[in-house]
Amino acid sequence: MNLSRAVVVSGTAIFSPVLALPRFAGSLALMMILLVTPFCSLPARALIEIDITQGQVEPLPIALPDFSAEGGGTDVAADMTAVIAADLRRSGLFKPLDPAAFIQKNMSVNTTPRFGDWRTIGAQALVSGSVTRQSDGRLRAEFRLWDVFASEQMLGQQFYTTPENWRRLAHIIADAIYERLTGEKGYFDTRIVFVDETGPKDNRVKRLAIMDQDGANVRYLTRGDELVLTPRFSPTSQEITYMSYSGSDPSVYLLNIETGQREIVGNFPGMTFAPRFSPDGQSVVMSLQQGGNANIFKMDLRSRRTTRLTNTAAIDTSPSYSPDGRQIVFESDRGGSQQLYVMGANGGNAQRISFGPGRYSTPVWSPRGDLIAFTKMHQGRFMIGVMKPDGKGERILTEGYHNEGPAWSPNGRVLVFFRDTPGANGGPQVWTVDLTGYNEQRIDSPAFASDPSWSPLID
Amino acid sequence: MVVMDNIARSARLVAAIAVLMFVAACAQTKPDLAGGNVPPGTGQDFVVNVGDRVFFNEDQSTLTTQARATLDKQAQWLNRYGQYTITLEGHADERGTRQYNLALGARRANAARDYLVAQGVAPTRVKTISFGKERPVAVCNNDSCWSQNRRAVTVINNATN
Repeated sequence: MNLSRAVVVSGTAIFSPVLALPRFAGSLALMMILLVTPFCSLPARALIEIDITQGQVEPLPIALPDFSAEGGGTDVAADMTAVIAADLRRSGLFKPLDPAAFIQKNMSVNTTPRFGDWRTIGAQALVSGSVTRQSDGRLRAEFRLWDVFASEQMLGQQFYTTPENWRRLAHIIADAIYERLTGEKGYFDTRIVFVDETGPKDNRVKRLAIMDQDGANVRYLTRGDELVLTPRFSPTSQEITYMSYSGSDPSVYLLNIETGQREIVGNFPGMTFAPRFSPDGQSVVMSLQQGGNANIFKMDLRSRRTTRLTNTAAIDTSPSYSPDGRQIVFESDRGGSQQLYVMGANGGNAQRISFGPGRYSTPVWSPRGDLIAFTKMHQGRFMIGVMKPDGKGERILTEGYHNEGPAWSPNGRVLVFFRDTPGANGGPQVWTVDLTGYNEQRIDSPAFASDPSWSPLID
Repeated sequence: MVVMDNIARSARLVAAIAVLMFVAACAQTKPDLAGGNVPPGTGQDFVVNVGDRVFFNEDQSTLTTQARATLDKQAQWLNRYGQYTITLEGHADERGTRQYNLALGARRANAARDYLVAQGVAPTRVKTISFGKERPVAVCNNDSCWSQNRRAVTVINNATN
């Protein structure tokens, strides 16, 4: 790679419209430039890298000295560094080192690292950076990722944005570091839609809400005067599909989270629920309740045509497409208890894939296609697990009193789910666990929170 | 007189509780006693003297003997007071997943509906809705509460009370 070539990416390509929130008003322009470094004449080679295919990963020691604040008024420099460090730490793959141990002080993006000093404290990677408030009011953030052992720069990038975007920019930088060191796409510049829960257990108020994946910037999408459940992100647009009790029958709706515009999905005679988008974002698949039975239907969002996909005297629900759109995994009690089945995307030929002890529910296909995550109930315990699409290789990632409703990070590396606690004062909170089953993390939320769903990666 | 007041209030309370317990035990035999202040044919009459809910076993929607007895009484009452429409609300306990419980609640509401219709209640008077596990009435952490939440509740829509 020739680092002397500056690459400018247009702002709209980087920023998705979801960021047209008030805090981002008029600030969508963001430029990224690969930094040309005077220290690096050789092509960067990935001498350090993390193998994240192993069961348990030894986190990589990484030094993240506070970005230097240039040009005055750049109080966000240290905050940005903290957000980057927190992202990397929460992934479980990195161990940000204690700044008190740093020997070389006052690092900026243009400081030549004394690599020996960083090796001494056990750092394998080093990130140096600077944040500058320019005369035009914009923020310029630059960083370099260093391989401490090879004494080489691995990555250098420069961004321009408005000051309100500092937090998002920190996530973008954390994604760049993650991707360079792991070889996989990051997931930090993403959001999670969920259901905010307040009030007593027998009279909960539920609101749709959205937050950054680290729990920051919570914004409410509904007011709480109607019961809302199971929001799911569109893979292609700033829309979510969810279930609401606002009409005469509880039904599946679409909500544009940018404009607030809402519409019902289809005109079904009865309750529709458990919606999910197809991978191309053009259809919603869901359950329709007919008498005592629930069957799975698809609605094409452009033609409005609805197609029945299952036809059984049973509860068929929680459909989820494979990422290639050719198959659908769902749960059904057609065999007597809740189990997982896979069928073609047009219905028919459903094959049971779950055979372990207990009941299986809420299957969701990994965006990588290799695994299906689920809720499993057995002997009063609620677990989150994964299995291959043919049902083999079942692994339980977490278990306890009540874990429910997994959803995948866009890179297929982490599952977000909710964990409920018992009794009158109990309530759900959103947690993540990675594919290894280690590294459980709770995401802070203002109140109880359930039904999380991860946004796609933003290109 | 404060003491007297308290005693009087307590006595009334005890009487009310006794009546309620008695009603719960054998509602149809004592409409006069129980309904002393409950006008017949009202929504309150239905709740107090008939019983507005039936309960289900875990992960089941089959009507128990007790549930059928309650629904028999509901049907009699509804057939007598034909001016009312009803909504059957189906519910599940919290020990299941959200989507499945929505369908399970619907199944329970539907079982109760079918039974009432078979007892002569016009289908056009009956609507069903499921709340899944979203509306528990009891919140403790054992089956004494969960069993109260696994229910189908008959709500009189246009009751004057």
